[in-house]
Amino acid sequence: MPSAILEIRDVSCALGGRPVLRHIDLTVEEGETVVLLGRSGSGKTTLLKTVNGLVPASSGEIRFEGRAAVQWDAVAMRRRMGYVIQDAGLFPHWTVEANIGLVPRLEKWEPARVAARVELLLEMVGLAPAEFRHRYPRELSGGQRQRVGIARALGADPPLLLFDEPFAALDPITRFELQRQFLELRRTVRKTALFVTHDVREALLLATRIVLLCDGALELVATPPEFLAAHTPETRAFLSCLEENGSPN
Amino acid sequence: MNASLAPEILSLSLQHLRLVAITIAIAASLALPGAVLLARRPGTRRWALGFTNIAQTVPSLALFGFLLPLIGIGEQTAIVALCLYALLPILRNTLTGILGVDPAVRESAMGMGMTPRQILWQVELPLAAPSIVAGLRIATVTTIGTATIAAFIGAGGLGVFLVRGIAMMDKQALLAGALPAAAMALAADEGLEWIERKLSAA
Repeated sequence: MPSAILEIRDVSCALGGRPVLRHIDLTVEEGETVVLLGRSGSGKTTLLKTVNGLVPASSGEIRFEGRAAVQWDAVAMRRRMGYVIQDAGLFPHWTVEANIGLVPRLEKWEPARVAARVELLLEMVGLAPAEFRHRYPRELSGGQRQRVGIARALGADPPLLLFDEPFAALDPITRFELQRQFLELRRTVRKTALFVTHDVREALLLATRIVLLCDGALELVATPPEFLAAHTPETRAFLSCLEENGSPN
Repeated sequence: MNASLAPEILSLSLQHLRLVAITIAIAASLALPGAVLLARRPGTRRWALGFTNIAQTVPSLALFGFLLPLIGIGEQTAIVALCLYALLPILRNTLTGILGVDPAVRESAMGMGMTPRQILWQVELPLAAPSIVAGLRIATVTTIGTATIAAFIGAGGLGVFLVRGIAMMDKQALLAGALPAAAMALAADEGLEWIERKLSAA
């Protein structure tokens, strides 16, 4: 029986008086890739940020590793949640090596252990360590930056990974390569992930479960096959953009 | 130029440098932490920048005049006045540098579990460094120029030559004050610009 790594209970959130999330209930179990799918403004990114505390929930409870988020020290909790955002957010003044080693160094690992970890992670995301370790983010392509972003999120081997539209800004070919890499990584490291996207194709490809958000509320929680068979208005809206010309975006 | 002026040029140049160095040290030690605090307080920021802006617009001779009855004649008055002028460029450039850090970088730093202090020292200040040095450069160069006026209130420095040159219509004395001050300003400009370039390239 897999155990719940993340529990979101009746979470609502209002930003500037406007409700952004309405009574969200969601449990993420170990090994799952839960994709939060929705239009722009549906609240999917806000929901992700309530998980790592970048946005405070107005009401409800979030539990991570069996402990209420309010009992966690925010910094310690975030170091156990890898975080990947759209343009990676790499530190431009640090090398690839320094970027990937961020959380291990914050956690005071031995330098030799950090170096070994960085090497392993670079290989895992398909970048040759000898070639890339000493480069700066500006010397990387968009896809390479995002690979480094993923490697950095995996840095101290966190039990949960948060992805906020990590591939949205990439060209379709690079995006597809990174999606394949993501699946490959999931096979090898068995990480639990919460993944935000507006791309229904990406959701169907990567998710073990899809959470459809509409106007701040959960509309549907379903496996990809169930999602394809579902008939809510919002699923139909998303699925119709698959049928239209076969290429969303 | 009369060689007999040489020792005086040297001693007044050193005095001038001293004024500038003390001024920049004080202004920087106020403006840098000030900018760090103001970066997180948009409301106070408007007031503080407004104040330093106004201080900047008061003509320097008038400011010396205002400060004289308060602090008296001499170096300390000059330093207070020069500091008021040097504050703005350092404050504004440091703020620009910190606020100019890519929000995605700040967000990922927070999301990865860096503390606010770690974000400040390891991310924001290094990324703002070129802009901070640019502010120091502007402040230093203008202070070197403005400090010549300090001679009018008895603070010494190369302005002593200028006061004398104007009073006695002595071209040589004017040059003895103006040329070293100009050379000092150019050297400071070049040197700090070089550091700025090094930092932006890193």
